[in-house]
Amino acid sequence: MATLQTRALGRFAVAPSVLVLFMWMIVPLSMTIWFSFLRFDLLDQNAACSIFSPSTLLVAENRCLAGFSNYTYFVTDPDFFKAMGNSLKLVGWVLGISIVFGTLLALLLDQAFYGRSVVRLMMIAPFLVMPTVSALVWKNMMMNPVSGFLAYLFQLVGLEPIDWFAHAPMTAIVIMVAWQWVPFATLILLTSLQSLDGEQKEAAEMDGTPPLSFFWYIVLPHLIRPMTVVILIETIFLLNVFAEIYVSGSGGPAGNLPFMVYKYGLTSNDIGAASAGGIIAVVLANIVAFFLMRMIGKNLESAK
Amino acid sequence: MKSVVTGVLSAFAFVALASTAIAETKLTIATVNNGDMIRMQKLTDDFTKSNPDIKLEWVTLEENVLREKVTTDIASKGGQFDVLTIGTYEVPIWGKKGWLVPLTKVDDPADLLPAMAGGLTVDGKLMAAPFYGESSMVMYRKDLMDKAGMKMPDAPTWKDIRAAADKMTDKAAGVYGVCLRGKAGWGENMAFLTAMSNSFGARWFDEKWTPQFDQPEWKATLTAYLDLMKADGPTGASSNGFTENLALFNAGKCGMWIDATVAASFVTGKESTVADKVGFALAPDNGLGKRSNWLWAWSLAIPAGSQKVDAAEKFVSWATSKHYTELVASKEGWANVPPGTRTSLYNNPEYKKVSFAKMTLDSINSADPSKPTVKPVPYVGVQFVAIPEFAGLATKTGEIFSAALAGTISADDALAQAQAESVRVMTKAGYIK
Repeated sequence: MATLQTRALGRFAVAPSVLVLFMWMIVPLSMTIWFSFLRFDLLDQNAACSIFSPSTLLVAENRCLAGFSNYTYFVTDPDFFKAMGNSLKLVGWVLGISIVFGTLLALLLDQAFYGRSVVRLMMIAPFLVMPTVSALVWKNMMMNPVSGFLAYLFQLVGLEPIDWFAHAPMTAIVIMVAWQWVPFATLILLTSLQSLDGEQKEAAEMDGTPPLSFFWYIVLPHLIRPMTVVILIETIFLLNVFAEIYVSGSGGPAGNLPFMVYKYGLTSNDIGAASAGGIIAVVLANIVAFFLMRMIGKNLESAK
Repeated sequence: MKSVVTGVLSAFAFVALASTAIAETKLTIATVNNGDMIRMQKLTDDFTKSNPDIKLEWVTLEENVLREKVTTDIASKGGQFDVLTIGTYEVPIWGKKGWLVPLTKVDDPADLLPAMAGGLTVDGKLMAAPFYGESSMVMYRKDLMDKAGMKMPDAPTWKDIRAAADKMTDKAAGVYGVCLRGKAGWGENMAFLTAMSNSFGARWFDEKWTPQFDQPEWKATLTAYLDLMKADGPTGASSNGFTENLALFNAGKCGMWIDATVAASFVTGKESTVADKVGFALAPDNGLGKRSNWLWAWSLAIPAGSQKVDAAEKFVSWATSKHYTELVASKEGWANVPPGTRTSLYNNPEYKKVSFAKMTLDSINSADPSKPTVKPVPYVGVQFVAIPEFAGLATKTGEIFSAALAGTISADDALAQAQAESVRVMTKAGYIK
């Protein structure tokens, strides 16, 4: 048991690192919030609009402060709701695919077979590939309508190859991202399967439980908790998918919120509106996280 | 022990000596990955031989990536690059902001073509040295025109183009009358469409910066473009940019191609299957006094605040000099020298023999960035509007017009969307009060 003194000492000792972490978070965030209320065009900067010169900053002729106009400007973009829809579609599809395939693959890899450790290692590999690299490989070697492997397979069975990024960009992005995230789900679910009580398994076998019922009544309840963890972690990362969209050049039809922020920031050089977009994305992500945590919290409670 | 210490010390001394002996300046040059620039990188021995104290480091990027990198770097005073490759769109904007060093050592500045130098001069000072310049013109297949029993005038109208395209199109044989840019981007389809709209009497903005996409001139431009492409264009034209059209033309699939004059050396070069059958004509007009050709130059500039201005300026003047032109000519032949920047090149009897030389010069001379349109406008730039907001806005309108070409939206919808977007952007930027 820690005494009051040692606890105080402990707090004192961790204070610096807590402070650093807090600054790490708060400085970029507050800068983004500040920029989002400024008229800040990278190519048309106004030296008067510095926070260090409040006297010129507040002069109306300098048109420094933008009020909420950056936010209304970002939200009234006809692309905004499309981008939001794309963000959600991407998260939803990839989550669904990685949970279903992750569970199936985990079940498969839990069986004893020759060379299991090598297969397991290979299964994890896609997760370790950098997103830009995986996007390039998918774009040029798999999905290219002329020279891609998928086109070859299509031609083999006498079908017209699909020009993925022209006609089904969203599907193509979902496939690429899911390819990366299924291994993650597999990994988590597999470790959980291995902790399934061996005696329970034996008992079920002795009672002659059919495999499907075994899965439904024993394995699945056991997997609910790791699944919620997978959902939570993947959602956080999938809301930020950018590399696949940028590299494959599908930003027009399949751009999500991060891509839209990129377009505002780097094509239009409008830092103010891009910052506003960033803040909107943060708020939306927090709303999603809030509901997810509540849902998962309930799950974790009931699983006890 | 002592010997070790002396050994270490002498090693340090040697390193220190060595590093002072070759106190070289390293220039980081950001450039675009097109043929003329790659060729220059191979020929830099000529420069480093006479300037052994300067070391060149290249950052070669694709056009859009280059633009993003360089823009962010110069606007945030990053100082990553000592020499920048930038276009005619950036020079007036950046020059006015004082972000570029005025060039004083350019080789024979009076020799630069007035149309080119004009676009790169801000307040009477040359802000960037043109490396190569281009306009646009009609490249056509002489054999197909003969087959159709037609003759291409040197200065055709849009009616001539339409008639010729209709006659040449033979979709069964895989020959399309005309190939035009359709891929979205302010430097892709919008460069072409903006230049085309000039000949139809349209303009981006009126004198009060009100967007003009709701005017009949733009409707006429877009309908003519869409009709022409629907009747005589290749399939999948909405994703064809410069590179894609070049490949199509070289493969013999296009009767005509209206695009950059620099393409002339490619379609008559080794890669082309139709090299000996290509004719050239001025970009078409509509009898309103403006032709539909653009004006562009890739230029070398030095960012203000650079620590190595002297060395950078030496390099810039070498790369844009007459000496460099001769160097390329001696190694790769006259057809491959960077075109479109100097009067002396077009007076050179050797260069006059090149089949596209005269038409390139005529095209460049017929573009006027300061008076690009039939009606008065508050901006400069032929196929662009030299304001910082243009790149983002035109990329967006480019997507809209590309969708119209793909057939997903109608011409009227496309114009209405482009108008709404322009009003939105221009209001935000404070042009529309």
